[in-house]
Amino acid sequence: MSLTTSAPASPRKRLLENPPHWTTVLALIVLLAIIAMALFAPQLAHFEPTKLNAMMRLKPADETYWMGTDSFGRDLYSRVVYGARVSLLVGAGVAVGAIVIGLPLGLLAGWFRGLDAVLMRAMDGLMAIPGILLAIAIVALTKAGLTTVIIAIMLPEIPQVVRLVRARVLATRSETFVEAAVLLGTRPMRIIWRHLLPSTIAPLIVQGTYIYASAILTEAALSFLGVGIGTETPTWGNIMAEGRLYFAMNPWLVYWPAIVLSLCILSINLLGDALRDRLDPKMKGRS
Amino acid sequence: MTATPPVLSVRDLKVSTMGRRPAEILKGISFDIHPGETLCLVGESGSGKSVTSLVTMDLLPRGELEVTSGTAALNGEDIVTASPARTKALRGAEMAMIFQEPMTALNPVLPIGLQMDEIYKAHTRMRPAERKTAALEAFEAVSLPDPPRIYDSFPHQLSGGQRQRVMIAMALALKPKLLIADEPTTALDVTTQKQILELIRKLQEEMNTAVLFITHDMGVVVDIADRVCVMRHGEVVETGAVDQVLGAPREDYTRALLAAVPSLTPRPARAQQAPEPVLELEAVNKVFAFRPFLDKLLRRPGHRVQAVSDVSFRLDRGRTLGIVGESGSGKSTVARCVLRLEDPTSGAILVNGHDIAPLEGQTALEPARRAVQMIFQDPNRSLNPRLTTGDSLIEGALNAGEPRAEALQRAGELLEVVGLPRDALARYPHQFSGGQRQRIAIARALMMSPDVIVADEAVSALDVSVQAQVLELLAEVQAKRNLAVLFITHDLRVAAQICDDVMVMRRGEVVEFGPAGQVLAHPQHAYTRALLEAAPGRDWDFAAGRRVTEPA
Repeated sequence: MSLTTSAPASPRKRLLENPPHWTTVLALIVLLAIIAMALFAPQLAHFEPTKLNAMMRLKPADETYWMGTDSFGRDLYSRVVYGARVSLLVGAGVAVGAIVIGLPLGLLAGWFRGLDAVLMRAMDGLMAIPGILLAIAIVALTKAGLTTVIIAIMLPEIPQVVRLVRARVLATRSETFVEAAVLLGTRPMRIIWRHLLPSTIAPLIVQGTYIYASAILTEAALSFLGVGIGTETPTWGNIMAEGRLYFAMNPWLVYWPAIVLSLCILSINLLGDALRDRLDPKMKGRS
Repeated sequence: MTATPPVLSVRDLKVSTMGRRPAEILKGISFDIHPGETLCLVGESGSGKSVTSLVTMDLLPRGELEVTSGTAALNGEDIVTASPARTKALRGAEMAMIFQEPMTALNPVLPIGLQMDEIYKAHTRMRPAERKTAALEAFEAVSLPDPPRIYDSFPHQLSGGQRQRVMIAMALALKPKLLIADEPTTALDVTTQKQILELIRKLQEEMNTAVLFITHDMGVVVDIADRVCVMRHGEVVETGAVDQVLGAPREDYTRALLAAVPSLTPRPARAQQAPEPVLELEAVNKVFAFRPFLDKLLRRPGHRVQAVSDVSFRLDRGRTLGIVGESGSGKSTVARCVLRLEDPTSGAILVNGHDIAPLEGQTALEPARRAVQMIFQDPNRSLNPRLTTGDSLIEGALNAGEPRAEALQRAGELLEVVGLPRDALARYPHQFSGGQRQRIAIARALMMSPDVIVADEAVSALDVSVQAQVLELLAEVQAKRNLAVLFITHDLRVAAQICDDVMVMRRGEVVEFGPAGQVLAHPQHAYTRALLEAAPGRDWDFAAGRRVTEPA
C-alpha cells in the first residue's frame, strides 16, 4: 500500500540499471553469428554448397574441408553455412505470417463476442490436427518449395497466436479505460486499435520468438523426412537426412548440422525468455 | 496502565528501500502499546503505517525494504535482530495479524478447518481431536454461525464478513499478546464493519490483547482506539489519547485531517431553480440470467439474479442525486444502465426526454453518450496508461469530429479548470497522483460538455484530504455548468455533504428516496437507520471536536 511504485524510466536507463543475464548476452551473440552466417554465406563458404567432387567422398575434416565432406564429396561446412539461410528464412516467414494472420483474428474474436464462438471453434479444430502431419499433407498435395513449407508450418501456429491475442484482449477490455472510451463514443475498430492492440504487442513479440524457433525445428524435421524443401537446396534438415545413411562411417555428417541447429534454437528460446522477463512486470526481480 | 511493561515498544525505527537510490520510508518512529490497549496508526497512503506493521511481524518484503536502525521489541525481545526461525515461532503464538482482504489471506483450495488446524499443529502439541474442538470453540468465540459447517467450508462459500471472522479466529487462536490489524474492515460493508469492530473490541477485553490497528478512516479510529498515532511521510506527527488528539489536536496536519472528514449531518438544502429534468428512469429492471448450455438442453431453468428492480427517479439540471447502499445493492448496476454499459431488461431511461433504453449501437447512442458522462472509482485504471493526458482528453472530441488542435486547446483550458497545469497534456497517467488522475478524469468527462455526470464511487479510492478537494472541485464545476450529478457511494458522510436527494438501495430495491435532509436526518426505513447506525465514528462530531452526547 505504502510501498513505492517506481515510475518507468527510459528503456536505455532501465537496461543499464538491470543488465541482462550473461546467458542472454551469449545467446544474442550466437544468434547474431548465425544471422551473419546466413547473410554472408557466399563469402564464408569455401565451395559452392552443391558442387560435387567424386574424388573427395566422405573425407574427414581437414584445413580445406573444415567439417569434412558428404557422400557426394560436397563440402559439409559450406552446406551448413548455406543451410542457415533456409532455416532463418522459414523461421521469420512463419513467425511474421502467423502473427499477421493471427493478430487481427484474435483482436476480432476478443472484442466481438458473437464472432468469438465461431472463430475459436475453428481454431480448436485446427489445433486438433498434429502440426507435422498437416504440414506433410500440405507439402504432399502441392509442389514442395520454400513458400509451401512456410505456409504448411505456419497454419498450425496460427491458433496459438489467436488464443494469446484474444486472452489479452479479454483481460484489457474489462479495464475501465476501455469502458470510458465506449462512453466517449469511440467506435469499436478504434477502441481495438488504440486501446487493445498495444497491450498485445509485448506478449506477441515473446510468442513470436518461440514460433520462430519451433518453425526452424519443424522445417528441419520436414526436410529430414524428405517432404520439405528439395535436396538441391541445402537445409540443416536434409543435410542430416543424407548424413543419416552414413552415420556409422562418419557421424559428424549429422552432428555438425545438429549442433548448429541446437545452438540456434537454444539461443532464440533464451532470448525469448529474457524478453518475457523484461516485458512482463510480474517477472521483475527474478532471473 | 503505565506500571505494566508495554507489549510492543518501537523505538526510533527507520526503514529504507534497497537499491541504488535508497529512499527512507520510515524516518525514526517510536510508540508503545500496553496490554489491553488499542493503538490506532492513522494516516494517508504513503505514510508508512503498513510498513510499520510489516516490521513488527518481520514480514518486510525481502530485497526491497530493510530496517536501517531502531528496535521493535515484543515483550522486550527485539524483532529486528531476532533470527527468522525465532520470529516465525513468535508469529501466531505471540503476535498475529489480520489483513485487509480476507479472501487473499486464506488459501482458496483448502477447507477453513484444515487451515485453522495448521495453526495448532505448528505451534502446539494438541492431539487431532483436541485441535478440532479448539477450532470449533474459536469459531464460536467470533460468533460464526454453525461452527461445524464453517469448519468444512471453503473460503469462497463464506461471506466477506464471515471470512474476516475466520481470520480473527485464526489470529487469536493461540491467544497472542499482540494483534495487528491492517485495515481489517476497509473491504467490508459498513454494517459488517461495525460488527467486526465490536468483535475485536470484545475479544480484546476478554483476552487483554494489545491491538495495533491500522486505518485511514477517522471514523473507525473513534470507534476502536484508546490512543492514536497520526503518521505522515514516515513520521509520527502526533500521538495521544483518542479524545485528546481528536478533540484538541496540537498539529496542523491532524487538524487538516480531521477537518477533511465529511460530517454525517446533511448540509443545508440548496435552493432549487425551475426544475428541468435531464435524466428520468421509469421502472427500470435489470436481470442477470445465466443459463448454461446443459440447462438449456435439459430444459432446466437457468440462474436469475434480479440486480435492479423497479427503480424510478428524476434528476433535474443542477441537482445531485445520491444512490447509497452496500455492495450488491444494485447501485452500480443502475449507473451502468443509465450509461448503457449494461442493457436494462425493462423500463425506460429518458435522457433529455428521449428514451435510450431500446437503442442499439454506438451511432444510435451517440447523443446520449455525449449528454451523460462518467467518472469511475479507480483513477489508476480509468485512464489508458499508454496515452498522454492530452490524447485521453481529446478522444471523445475527435470522435465527434472536432479538429485536433481545437480539441487540444479546449483540453488545456479544462485542465486549468480542474486545477492542473496546462503542460500536463503531454504527460502520462503514471506521472500523476491518484487525486490528480481523478481530476483528469473529471476534465475528460467535461470535454464532452455533458448534462449529467455519473460518479460511481468517484472518491472512494482517495485519501480523505484529497477526497475533500475532489468533492469541492466537483461541486464547483457543477455550479458553474449547471450539471446534474448522479453520485453513487457507499459512504453516507460523503452523501450527506454533496447530495440534494438520496436514494437508499438494498438488494436491487429502493428502500427509501427523498431529500438528503429528510432521509439522512430522519430516516423512515429500518435499513436506512441501520446504515446510519453503522457509519463509523458516528458518535464523534468532527466539526465540534467532541463526542456526540445524544444522536441527532
